Amino acid sequence: MEVFDIFLLEAILNGLLLGGLLALLSLGLNLIFGVIDVVWICYAELIMCGMYAVYYLHVQYHWPLLAAMAAAVVIVAVLGVILHQFVIRPVLGAEPINQLLVTGGVLFFLQAAATLAFGIEFRNLGVTLPSIRLGEMSFSAARLVAFCVALAGMLGMYLFLSRSYLGTAIRAISQDRAIMPLMGVSPARIFVLASALGGALAGLGACLLVLQYDVHPAIGLSFGPITFLICVMGGLGSMAGGFIAAFVFAQFISVGGFLFHLEWGYVLAFAFFIAMMFWRPQGILGRR
Amino acid sequence: MIGNYPLHLMILVLLWGYIYTSWSLMGRLGLVSFGHGAFMGIGAYTVVMLWNHFGWSPWAGALAALAFAAAVAILIGYPCFRFRIVGHYFALVTLALSEVARLVIVALRDQTGGSLGATPNSALHGGATAAPGALQFSDKQVWFWIVLAFWLAGLWVWRAVDRSMARLALQAISEEEEAAASIGIHVARAKLRITLISALMTCAGGVLYAQYQLYVNPDTVSGIGISLQMVFGAIAGGMFVMLGPTVGAAFTLLLAEGLRLAFGNRYPALDSTLYGAMLVLFIIYMPKGILGAALEALRARTARPIAPRKSSGMPSA
Repeated sequence: MEVFDIFLLEAILNGLLLGGLLALLSLGLNLIFGVIDVVWICYAELIMCGMYAVYYLHVQYHWPLLAAMAAAVVIVAVLGVILHQFVIRPVLGAEPINQLLVTGGVLFFLQAAATLAFGIEFRNLGVTLPSIRLGEMSFSAARLVAFCVALAGMLGMYLFLSRSYLGTAIRAISQDRAIMPLMGVSPARIFVLASALGGALAGLGACLLVLQYDVHPAIGLSFGPITFLICVMGGLGSMAGGFIAAFVFAQFISVGGFLFHLEWGYVLAFAFFIAMMFWRPQGILGRR
Repeated sequence: MIGNYPLHLMILVLLWGYIYTSWSLMGRLGLVSFGHGAFMGIGAYTVVMLWNHFGWSPWAGALAALAFAAAVAILIGYPCFRFRIVGHYFALVTLALSEVARLVIVALRDQTGGSLGATPNSALHGGATAAPGALQFSDKQVWFWIVLAFWLAGLWVWRAVDRSMARLALQAISEEEEAAASIGIHVARAKLRITLISALMTCAGGVLYAQYQLYVNPDTVSGIGISLQMVFGAIAGGMFVMLGPTVGAAFTLLLAEGLRLAFGNRYPALDSTLYGAMLVLFIIYMPKGILGAALEALRARTARPIAPRKSSGMPSA
């Protein structure tokens, strides 16, 4: 057997590309958790809504692809605000588990409503990006684009949070929810802003996913669980931890899937997650 | 006696009522598990696989399934409780468990049939209507009595737990874990015991479901979908009262069937859309569920004035 397997290298590099995308997906969820202290179980369903938005605007209404994507980001950001105002706000004072469950109800609702509105067909955007060959390895350009955009999105978010006034307010709220109102920051307004940002990140994720996958009402179930688990493993609310965890998970899926079979890659990733929870329940970089 | 269709509905209500009741044994004490799909899947698939591939009678298969489910419950439960994984961390760890179960079933597609599901080999030869050794009955009345017995047993377990010291201990734990430990409650052991009971009952529910439907599918007996269905069924009915989970099962089934009768199959997901919207409203405005809220209203009418409501701790926008 060869010491250096070219296909293994390909799987590792593909895992790296997948990791960037997963890191972007987990970033929005982590932001929401860090600021509002709520887990949006329905996060992947918001992504699904964004994917449908791109699909319909581009394919049915013939918008240019980039315009459709920009609109999708705005639409999902608005959905995030609606979700916060009408679903999360009424339960902010309730038991934490109720907050988890209420977004689980939204998951059910969005998935079923999408089935009702769009049917269960798999819909393809019809945009194919070429695949890039590098020696004997080949990579899909869609993945490479997703990786680059995801990194750019994360960098933008980092600069926003660290440099701007509003970003500073957001970080302050996530550090101490009780003291900030005394400093003249309105938590309610910051919550709405964070929900819009989280929604916009979900919308951006949707634009990248729709290039690679067909959209259908249950697509959220294939990304949702992995996204929460990344956030939990990285330490809920810790964006850097989520970033690391996303790449670790992606390697499990990609290399595990290459060595055995795609589902075994996921099984290994989930089993690894459970083991990690026992070893470091607060996550890689979590605080408790 | 009565037609096959109403009988089928009653069997489903009792069976799901039993499964939701099993889930609520934990859920009402603050152990919200999103992983019960794993236990149901273990029950359903172990029995069918042992029967199809090794010819084990489902009776023996059920014992194997229960042993398997108990092992998994301990393997996940003990470290969770030992390391104080609570609240939504517990929910998310168990969510990973239910996905592991579903994905393993799909990945073993050469044995399990993957996402196409599997059918137990029929033991009803030559017009026979019952094969007790293979736990296969074509007569729905037999199933009605079996499921009724399990449902009653589930309610009995609920009452036994309710009247035991263990319930008081668990309630103390769910309110303040450190304080409970400080007065000498063995927190991990108390939680593990109720988890085992709940997991084993759910596993048995999976066995019954597989043998009644004579068809198993990874998406209908395991995974997130079914785990959430259990959680929400119990919440909709009211997980804090004994008959609440059963009311939840009846409510969801009647909603789905009622809409199907009213609109036919024109709107395939209408019931789940309405159900999802109602769940959100329930959790926000009626967290005690249908039966819980009804009983409370009844009590408020007949008894003393209501105590002042606890104000919420978070500032509202």
